[in-house]
Amino acid sequence: MVRALITLTWLEIKIFVREPMGLFGTVGIPVLVFVLLGRFAGAQLATAALRPGGTVSAGLPVILAIFMVLGAVGSLVTIVAIYREGGILKRLRATPLSPLVILSAQVLVKLLFTALTLCLMILAGRRYYPVGADVPLLSFGVALLFSTWAIVSIGFLIASLVPTARFAQPVAALVLYPMLALSGLFFPLDRLPPVLQAVSFVVPLRYAVSLLDGVWLGEPWLAHLGDLAGLTLTFLVVSALSARFFRWE
Amino acid sequence: MPSPPVIQVTGIRKAYGQTVAVDDLSFEVREGEIFGLIGPNGAGKTTTMECVGGFRTPDRGTISVLGLDPVRDARRLQQRVGVQLQQAQLQKRITVWEAVDFWASLYPRAVDGQALLHRLGLTDKRNAWFMTLSGGQKQRLFIALALIHDPEVVMLDELTTGLDPQARRVIWGLVRGIREKGKTVLLTTHLMEEAERLCDRVAIVERGRIIDSGTPDGLVRRHCPEQTVVLATGDATAADRLGQITGLESVTWQDGQFTLRGRDRNLVARVIECLSEHRIHVTDFRTELPNLEDVFLKLTGHSVRE
Repeated sequence: MVRALITLTWLEIKIFVREPMGLFGTVGIPVLVFVLLGRFAGAQLATAALRPGGTVSAGLPVILAIFMVLGAVGSLVTIVAIYREGGILKRLRATPLSPLVILSAQVLVKLLFTALTLCLMILAGRRYYPVGADVPLLSFGVALLFSTWAIVSIGFLIASLVPTARFAQPVAALVLYPMLALSGLFFPLDRLPPVLQAVSFVVPLRYAVSLLDGVWLGEPWLAHLGDLAGLTLTFLVVSALSARFFRWE
Repeated sequence: MPSPPVIQVTGIRKAYGQTVAVDDLSFEVREGEIFGLIGPNGAGKTTTMECVGGFRTPDRGTISVLGLDPVRDARRLQQRVGVQLQQAQLQKRITVWEAVDFWASLYPRAVDGQALLHRLGLTDKRNAWFMTLSGGQKQRLFIALALIHDPEVVMLDELTTGLDPQARRVIWGLVRGIREKGKTVLLTTHLMEEAERLCDRVAIVERGRIIDSGTPDGLVRRHCPEQTVVLATGDATAADRLGQITGLESVTWQDGQFTLRGRDRNLVARVIECLSEHRIHVTDFRTELPNLEDVFLKLTGHSVRE
């Protein structure tokens, strides 16, 4: 199965790159937005938003990172839905391939392109974002990939349940965007009513935001074991549900 | 001593809600034959094949493929059965070779992909994207994927639907090639010509049931034995001579044409013998022999295309 996973992942990378619009949407647009923001508002952003404070609780890098994760989820949901609708999954079903290999290959592809986007952002953004040498870019990259890995699995569960490609993206938005409100990305969680604070503990995005935020601020990984556990648990639970409810057609 | 059937289907039933797709359907496929489930669209052929392939569980009845249960032993059967499914697709931008190579990676044992593509006439297309292939090329690729792990049983669902006659003939040749390699083929088709040319035995499926089965030739003889010869001659003695042919049931004459009807298999040969023996000069000669299409019409009261 490892051989099949490697072959499928490589295959999906090649197929993804062959569609210029998809590649532009996934890699090009985030980098472009990042660079344009830096070009026109770099100075203010560098001082205000790169550090938490004011009305937003997380800095710009964390916000961008979370939107990259959400973009990956949306793209994954669409791809799986198209595969189902187009009868590709139906054909794969007649082979020894397990749904988890299909999931893993898609997740690996997403991780790879997220890493690529991040690298391009760092390279292209150097001119506009005068970040200090103390910013732990490598750790932040690892935290982003870890978060993507866990959150993208939610996309696979959505893709397993949604009947058609047309519904896939709206359903993904419906599930994910309310999560944003309870993730601590825009409102500090300790200012929410106690009930919503309690609910936020089952919102996986909360752990991603907390992890990314902490790592960006240079906090040690050990301080975020809870976030890592939350994300790992999300991945395990959601993957098990996906494998259980996966529909080939 | 006949070998045990490779596929044995006994009394299966499958309903989707209120709609009964397959009802009390039984048949068996012997080793090394091409067996066809034939009938109009919506008759239950695909449902039956999907049950045999292990993609659906019948509500009732049993299925055995190579002595195994298609659902319970799905893992083991995947190594020994190859399928081509109706309306299956691949990624738009996957190349022919990538698909073959990936499929080969899924099985512990696979045949030489290059040789397989060559045999299916796809060598020129090995770097072409799936979306750029013609209907016939796509189906040939699906045959390649069904054969990549050298299965003992191959299932082909509506293989030539939507193809032009030329592409269809190419596919028929390929399917015969599969049989020549000693494999057993189960296929479905709504094309009676395809069934006649390709299948060793067929089962006619109508409204989820099998209404009869046998060799195409045998079914025609059983249900539509009437043979008709129409000939034109100016020979005045013809009526007498032709009337003496054994097995002939009727001779009619109209507008200079004789129409001879009978149920004897050798009717055409006897008519020709009679003509040559008595040196009767004919200006027109044609036969109207029944085929599976006629059998279907007779058994169901409607054409297979309706």
